[in-house]
Amino acid sequence: MKMRASHLTVRYGAKVAIKDVSIDIHANQVLALIGPSGCGKSTFLRSLNRMNDTVPGVSVTGQVQLDGEPIYGPEVDAVLVRRRVGMVFQKSNPFPKSIFENVAYGLRVGGLRERGAVADRVEQALRHAALWDEVKDRLHESGLGLSGGQQQRLCIARALAVEPEVLLMDEPASALDPIATAKVEELVSDLRDQLTIVIVTHNMQQAARVSQRTGFFYMGKLVEVGETTQIFTRPKERETEDYITGRFG
Amino acid sequence: MAAVHTGSIATTPTTARRHSLQRRGPPALRGWITLDPLFRKVCAAFGLSIVSLLGFVVYELLRGSSASLARFGASFVFDRIWDPVAEKFGAATFVYGTAVTSVIALLIAVPLGIGIAIFLVEMAPRAVREVAGFLVELLAAIPSIVYGLWGLFVLAPIVRDGLAPVLRTTLGFLPLFTGPSYGLGMLTAGLILAVMVLPFIAAVSRDVLSAVPQMQREGSLALGATKWETIWHVVLPYGRAGISGAVILALGRALGETMAVTMVIGNSPQIVASLFAPGYTMSSVIANEYSEASGQLYLSSLTELGLLLFVVTFAVNGVARLLIWRMSRGAEGSRA
Repeated sequence: MKMRASHLTVRYGAKVAIKDVSIDIHANQVLALIGPSGCGKSTFLRSLNRMNDTVPGVSVTGQVQLDGEPIYGPEVDAVLVRRRVGMVFQKSNPFPKSIFENVAYGLRVGGLRERGAVADRVEQALRHAALWDEVKDRLHESGLGLSGGQQQRLCIARALAVEPEVLLMDEPASALDPIATAKVEELVSDLRDQLTIVIVTHNMQQAARVSQRTGFFYMGKLVEVGETTQIFTRPKERETEDYITGRFG
Repeated sequence: MAAVHTGSIATTPTTARRHSLQRRGPPALRGWITLDPLFRKVCAAFGLSIVSLLGFVVYELLRGSSASLARFGASFVFDRIWDPVAEKFGAATFVYGTAVTSVIALLIAVPLGIGIAIFLVEMAPRAVREVAGFLVELLAAIPSIVYGLWGLFVLAPIVRDGLAPVLRTTLGFLPLFTGPSYGLGMLTAGLILAVMVLPFIAAVSRDVLSAVPQMQREGSLALGATKWETIWHVVLPYGRAGISGAVILALGRALGETMAVTMVIGNSPQIVASLFAPGYTMSSVIANEYSEASGQLYLSSLTELGLLLFVVTFAVNGVARLLIWRMSRGAEGSRA
């Protein structure tokens, strides 16, 4: 067990975004979160690395544990949580810096100063993200000059460089064309050996392709979670079945 | 009644309901007065009026300063002597005064203004942000003469009795902070200018920082960066061009500000190292001496000061616009 959410409720002001969600996230597996727009899956994802802290008016009750340690609490430093639980966003958001500096940034704020070590880790991260061969000759050009798919893989490389234990991915391929999507999916499958991945997607085929376990969110609640094959072939709940067979959503 | 009414509609041929494609208006005028092209011409004239106004100002400044330009040439800018009696005119002391007061103003207002913007955008709760933002903008609305009076009666005594002695004892080894202070001088003028340009820097920087996409901040935070690291390494660099534009806009304003500076700078054309000493700026000398200037060369020299000031502020504002334009273009590039 890598992470465990127990009775997690998140409110934005008076609006309840997710309600009483409990879920186990297994190590070295891909957990896919599916559900219609506005069902709370992104909110849940963002509460796993305390990204919701940046939203004004947010309140979180319940608890999330990382390796048995609570991540919500007065003694917990959210910055340290985020160093262990990385995140890739729906829209690629490279910094207006060079490709190299985009990847080196997380290392530098993490305290790595030695030039050779930084360069090694940058190369390693770009290789992991299957981007190295495409950018190795232009590491010092702006990250904004890359194509959409390359930018997203740059953001994945950036997240991998700091060697997180868990990687949260919020619809990482929703803005990409099919070829770029395939590359990102392949990457997700390959990365499973090294870390734990939670991926939010509105694409059920994608969830079926990349994940071992799938959770279905609906109206702020976790309706069902289980083995991906079971969810897609023999769902226990009526709502899950309606959703995966395309009756709504 | 109803039946008759519907009947009349039904019998109206549909073609008669379509309006003609011919231009409307009295037949005599048809063809040469049509509204759209007329509207376009009127608007173009309004637009051109700006350019011609600017051209007229430049022309008048050049015409007015032609005598001085012919007599002194380039040495006008570098000559320190300003002696109306001997008809020897050099602008160096005024250029110096303008430059020094503007530099002091920016040294104080830039960190303060950017700090205010960071606080308002990144930290302040919504209510504080709106109230404080409004107060900052209010600073820009205070008339120059009010700043001048405040400087004369409040700031000058503070500088003379409080700030100057402290600076003299702590930083007195620098020539900048030596000699007596009578309250009126370049330091006081610089401080007044700092307060006057502060709202420009703070308000424009606030808008620039607000325009930095939230995704940039989240991208940084998600990598385990602290709030400080995110602001320093991601938010500020993203807004760098826009903030530079704000600073240069403020510089343009500091260079040209007349009334408040004239009231507190001491109006003495000299170049001395000490910031406590009185000085004189280009705009102040024009304001003070233009109405009593006798002799063509005297007037012409004052006009040339105006020309000089115009050229410098024009260039400074041009650079500011360019930077802000590049910033907005860059932001679009990153969105695509």
